[in-house]
Amino acid sequence: MTKQEIEKKVELIKEISGCDPYKCMKCGKCSGSCPSFNEMDIKPHQFASYIINGDIESLVSSKSLWKCLTCLACIERCPRNVQPGKLIDATRQLVERERGGDYLLADEIPELLNDDVPQQLLVSAYRRYRR
Amino acid sequence: MKYSYYPGCTLKNKAKDLDMYARLSAEKLGFELEEIPQWQCCGGVYPLGTDEIATKLASVRALNYAKEQGQELVTLCSACHHVLKRVNDDMKNVEDISNRANNYMMLDEPYRGETKVRHFLEILRDVIGFDELSKMVSNPLTGKKIGAYYGCLTLRPGKILEFDDPEDPKIMEDFIRAIGAEPVIFPYRNECCGAYTSLKDGGISQERTKLIFDSGKGFGADALITACPLCMYNLNKSEADTKVPVYYFTELLAEALGVKEGNS
Repeated sequence: MTKQEIEKKVELIKEISGCDPYKCMKCGKCSGSCPSFNEMDIKPHQFASYIINGDIESLVSSKSLWKCLTCLACIERCPRNVQPGKLIDATRQLVERERGGDYLLADEIPELLNDDVPQQLLVSAYRRYRR
Repeated sequence: MKYSYYPGCTLKNKAKDLDMYARLSAEKLGFELEEIPQWQCCGGVYPLGTDEIATKLASVRALNYAKEQGQELVTLCSACHHVLKRVNDDMKNVEDISNRANNYMMLDEPYRGETKVRHFLEILRDVIGFDELSKMVSNPLTGKKIGAYYGCLTLRPGKILEFDDPEDPKIMEDFIRAIGAEPVIFPYRNECCGAYTSLKDGGISQERTKLIFDSGKGFGADALITACPLCMYNLNKSEADTKVPVYYFTELLAEALGVKEGNS
């Protein structure tokens, strides 16, 4: 990735999320609240630094994008209104908008179904994992 | 009182009980749920991206329909409640989204978030009142210890949903008291069940639901209640040793009001 490409992506993440990573004071409340903390390679409180440092390559290949539950705990509890969940979501959007979303494929769905799967689960997963 | 009712996709399919018991209870309580014709699925999750418009239009259509009827909009599913309230907030307070959505919709009169959105529980609390509700209970659930499992989508973000205090809610506990049972407050009541990850990766929801049941049963609950079909699914699929039965809150409401029998 060239310097220009990186700068463009940093701006896009800021624009899509509507959040300012520079306001983060590293209190860690987001990571302390995160139910998927153990599953994440880049932790919620680290997202702001990765964006500020322009380490977009690590972010877009992070498995954290697919482990976030969008439970909004970090968004509710962030004392600086950085709202890490929105930064994670904007990074995921960046990946999905470029690649079209390949974490969940339509062909996979029949095998993932059982008689109890609520429609809400399917629409939510589709909306989060695909464009 | 008549409300525009938005059932949502799951209440027409896998969560029919949530819908049916609400309708029976509403009739008994004296208000009418008039289903919005041709409502469209809200999408289940609110699109967090600031530039998302198309994914919000289904909600705008339902909200605008209620406005045209001069009615408030009532919904039951946690996800629909979450998405509809947040899109409504966008239409009212976020000029860019509101303008672009209105440009697309080409309505006779622009929609600017005029409709009041209420969760069914908010009708019980704010319109009927839990004191009044308890007077209408003919079959109190005396002796039952019930934990209110809120999950995420009914509560957060607190400032937009204005449902209850997101860190220390009490609406469902007050509901449990009103139907004659004893509420059990447990720490994991507003923690996530694993949400949509259970479609591809059941591991997270297994871990989460175990913590929720351990917490609920550990604090003495014989049963949990929820308003969310996805929480219901993840909790039902749990392999936790501490599992207790999970009910939609409307089922217990119908039972307490004496309208459940013969319809289940």
